[in-house]
Amino acid sequence: MVAVRDLPRWAEVALVPAVAVAAAFLLAGLVVLGIGENPLKASRILVQGSLGSAEGLGFTLFYATNFIFTGLAVAVAYHAGLFNIGGEGQATLAGFGVALVCLHLGSLPAPLLVPLGIGTAALFGAAWAFVPGYLQARRGSHVVITTIMFNWLANVLMVYLLVNVLREPASMNPETRSFVPASHVPFMHDVLRGFGVEAPTSQLNLSLLMALVAAVAVWLLIYRSRLGYAIRVVGQNPRAAVYAGISVERITIVAMVLSGALAGGLAVNELMGYQHRLILEFSAGYGFVGIAVALMGRGHPAGIVLAALLFGVLYQGGAELSFEQPKITRDMIVVMGGIVILMAGALEGLFRRIIAASLKPLPLASA
Amino acid sequence: MDAAGLLALLDSGLRLSIPLLFACLAGLWSEKSGVVDIGLEGKMLAAAFAAGAAAYATASAWVGLAAALAASAAFAVLHGFASISQRGNQIVSGVAINMLALGLTAVLGHAWFGQGGRTPPVDGAGRFGDVVLGHSVLVYVALLAVPLTAWGLAQTRFGLRVRAVGENPAAVDTAGVSVEGLRYAAVLIGGLLCGLGGAYLAIAQSAGFIPNMTAGKGFIALAALIFARWRAWPALGTCYLFGLLDAAAIRLQGTVLPGIGEVPVQAVQALPYLMTVVLLGGLIGRAVPPRAAGVPYVKER
Repeated sequence: MVAVRDLPRWAEVALVPAVAVAAAFLLAGLVVLGIGENPLKASRILVQGSLGSAEGLGFTLFYATNFIFTGLAVAVAYHAGLFNIGGEGQATLAGFGVALVCLHLGSLPAPLLVPLGIGTAALFGAAWAFVPGYLQARRGSHVVITTIMFNWLANVLMVYLLVNVLREPASMNPETRSFVPASHVPFMHDVLRGFGVEAPTSQLNLSLLMALVAAVAVWLLIYRSRLGYAIRVVGQNPRAAVYAGISVERITIVAMVLSGALAGGLAVNELMGYQHRLILEFSAGYGFVGIAVALMGRGHPAGIVLAALLFGVLYQGGAELSFEQPKITRDMIVVMGGIVILMAGALEGLFRRIIAASLKPLPLASA
Repeated sequence: MDAAGLLALLDSGLRLSIPLLFACLAGLWSEKSGVVDIGLEGKMLAAAFAAGAAAYATASAWVGLAAALAASAAFAVLHGFASISQRGNQIVSGVAINMLALGLTAVLGHAWFGQGGRTPPVDGAGRFGDVVLGHSVLVYVALLAVPLTAWGLAQTRFGLRVRAVGENPAAVDTAGVSVEGLRYAAVLIGGLLCGLGGAYLAIAQSAGFIPNMTAGKGFIALAALIFARWRAWPALGTCYLFGLLDAAAIRLQGTVLPGIGEVPVQAVQALPYLMTVVLLGGLIGRAVPPRAAGVPYVKER
């Protein structure tokens, strides 16, 4: 048996994720069928609800923004051979940073306050990722385990802060008071109105543009910079990296810090762009779905944007679907995320072999 | 605190430690064979749902247990297929299993029972009642699983081979023993143990399934496994300690300790994670996993 068969580039880039998504839809369709609903009708509602109207599209792009950030976060670490599953915790801490800035420096003018909030989000996310990165680089503890622990620590810390420290005394809910308007990332419909374009109200805000800029920046970093090259070498062959004079320790820490900073984008979109206050568990699993997004996008920023769009469609369409067909709840997206991770990640080798075999109708005798 | 209060605390600590113990031993078997399993949480959750649903449908705790074992074993086989047969990334597979279980239990629970994802309450013969000293039979199964695991891994031929395959699979392969077979067996044992843990949660400790009722217990079990440095008896001690912390956190709510002030419950809840990170950081001893853990075995030809 050949361990890894080389696929043509187009198959590598397009076919593997496409097959994974097709399999995910097929299996999800079976689940829908299993609970006694019509999968075709469900798909129609899904697409109609997410892409069929300008309003739906706005919501879809809002969710996609979250997935771009968390997908990029997973991908940057993945290129360095690190599996950062701590996006949830990093985004949570970033949310704390956002709240600190927006609540305590609210008197600053918007052009100062918004960048400061964004920077603090990145900083706090990065700091929460730094510790696992440092522990892996210097103490040899595995980043997977430590980021899992840090997710729970972030969760517990946030409950404590929101219940005991940050909560508005008058409020019964564990949430802060509203951020001042100067700290809001402007809504897309408001911006468009400024240009004389009427767009329906949605949660979509300018964080989307930030996410797209981040995607380009990550592409430049990974594929066009010295640092990115070092990251990829460490990811593919740490021993070779050492001989090439690259410090594996340094790259491990740098990749984790960048990854955490990107995860912080989730807090910007959700809190500064939409909620305008700090709430509990705003990360809502976006960090984990980011793993699916990164795997489906093959770690490439363009692929990640497309995969994020798909999950945005699923998220928004899923919300519509749960209105129309109450038996199909939004948890279906979690199922699909799981299937995609399984297909595009863990079972990737199987699909590659199947695709390779079907691309070569007459396999060589030696294969 | 008086003697009765202390006894009650120790008792509820035991109750709360049982799911941790099942999952921890499951992780122990799997990782000793070289297969990293971060899907403990998902398997336990799937098992809890299967137990709740089947016990409600048949009003039999034993059918519930069988369903739990089957559901968890199915996910274990999936993990085995991805990470042993297909040599996929074991972490990725574990993440997928956690998400699949979380999503599927919610979707199916909602569709079948329509009570916000809960199963209807199970009682009477549908639950494992208390048999001895106010504990159900599953508590004793868990406690029995500790010496069995310790003995099985240390003293039996199978256990020796499982440990060997987690340290140096090539040597086992050279000796003519199937690496894949051993790893599947160990992963399956882990699946069954998670199944017991899930059944305990849904139809012994509680009276039915609640969405996401594992609430991170699978991950605390993972922490306990590291803390116990992949050994069965220390696993018992660590799980009991973590269970006790959990019980204490519930009791400490709102009490004021002299000299310290009010202890936030969250500080106690954070301890298992914090202790594990500190241990992993090498600040108190070292935790070294089995050498081949996480590495798929490629047979050389």
